[in-house]
Amino acid sequence: MTELKHYFAPTSLDQAVECLKDGDVTILAGGTDLTPQSQAGRVKIKHTLMNIRHIPQLTGITLEGREIHIGALATITEIMEHPLVRQHLPVLVEACDHFASDQIRNAGTIGGNICNASPAGDTLIPLLVLDASVELASMPEAKLYRHTMPLSTFFVGPGKTRKSLCELVTGVRIPLPEQGHVARFFKLGTRPALDISTISIGVAGTLRDGVLSNARVAFGAVAPTPTRAAQTEQALEGQRLDAATIEKVAAIARDEVKPIDDVRATAWYRKEMIHNITKRILSHVAQA
Amino acid sequence: MSLKHDIEFTLNGVKRRVSVDVTMNALAMLREVIGLTGTKYGCGEGECGACTIQVDGVSLNSCLMFAVDCDGRNVTTIEGLANDSKADALRESFVEHGAVQCGFCTPGMIMQADHMLHKHAHPDEACVKRGLEGNLCRCTGYKKIVDAVVACGAAEVTP
Repeated sequence: MTELKHYFAPTSLDQAVECLKDGDVTILAGGTDLTPQSQAGRVKIKHTLMNIRHIPQLTGITLEGREIHIGALATITEIMEHPLVRQHLPVLVEACDHFASDQIRNAGTIGGNICNASPAGDTLIPLLVLDASVELASMPEAKLYRHTMPLSTFFVGPGKTRKSLCELVTGVRIPLPEQGHVARFFKLGTRPALDISTISIGVAGTLRDGVLSNARVAFGAVAPTPTRAAQTEQALEGQRLDAATIEKVAAIARDEVKPIDDVRATAWYRKEMIHNITKRILSHVAQA
Repeated sequence: MSLKHDIEFTLNGVKRRVSVDVTMNALAMLREVIGLTGTKYGCGEGECGACTIQVDGVSLNSCLMFAVDCDGRNVTTIEGLANDSKADALRESFVEHGAVQCGFCTPGMIMQADHMLHKHAHPDEACVKRGLEGNLCRCTGYKKIVDAVVACGAAEVTP
């Protein structure tokens, strides 16, 4: 690997993706993770350090047709306080509210939280159950190329994503929830502030006459990536959320996850908590 | 040799030009390059809040920020609050409530409390605790710190 030789702060998206062409670039946005990781020597900065802060195309939260677009540089605080997000995506607000501390929420960006690809990333679980897509930009030829990818297929391992070295995450797109949409998020940790979750759970769907359809369930910190739970979703789909169904689904959730033992909890504990909290969340959804 | 970059930014109301190591964090720049040692190094990982500064009107951990990222921005440190009447009231309230023990967390606490009081002029106890959750006091003098901030907000007259 080459040594850091160049610092670059582009002011347009074209300049940024042009710079990414050679693939030997470390991208800096909020810096809340890159700064301590690089200072401690856990992350080595590549040939170029590119600070994307001054690219206007990466900012802002807007309604575009039937989608909410959140720019990659939107901070956790901006998202949490934005009227569009508060009105349509309260589950994302809830997750942001449990994110680190005020100082870190003021600096950390959603693009950074996505690209870090931590299995415990706080915004990733609500984004997964909201069916979000990641928006990517690159410059394969001389022209800007943009495409989107479902977030559910974006993560491949801890800190690893399907984004190539030549691509930049420009934002995230979230479809406007339909009538009857319900969504809940829960983060389990040992203290409210600055904690990395032991587990986290997101549930979303459409509730009509007590029946849940379009069910989406995501779990954090129980697998190498934040992950959708296909079997749990299948067990929930089209069901009336009575006590027996909730118990059955919670048991399926416990069997579906394959967590590991680590400093924060044992695998056994995580499975039990997935069971208990899935049950709790589904009871809340049933009462929505 | 480490890569250097020249940056220009506003520090406590004054334009500054400095040449910094690209890999240096903002805390190291403030303390070691510029010589403003009011901002403290506690943990270097964003856990303790001792290094809290304000950039473009929001509080953040200077240990989690690249120094080069200060370029073109408006940075305020604890030294910059010395001539600020709002922050004066906050400082007086800390003194009055005995909210300072060893004093190491105090600059960070003041910077964060000042930011919070700009967002919530009259915070209650729960709001203050929430706002200061990224700041640790290892003397564990939280009660008096929270009381000082609540009292300062309560005394503040809305213009």
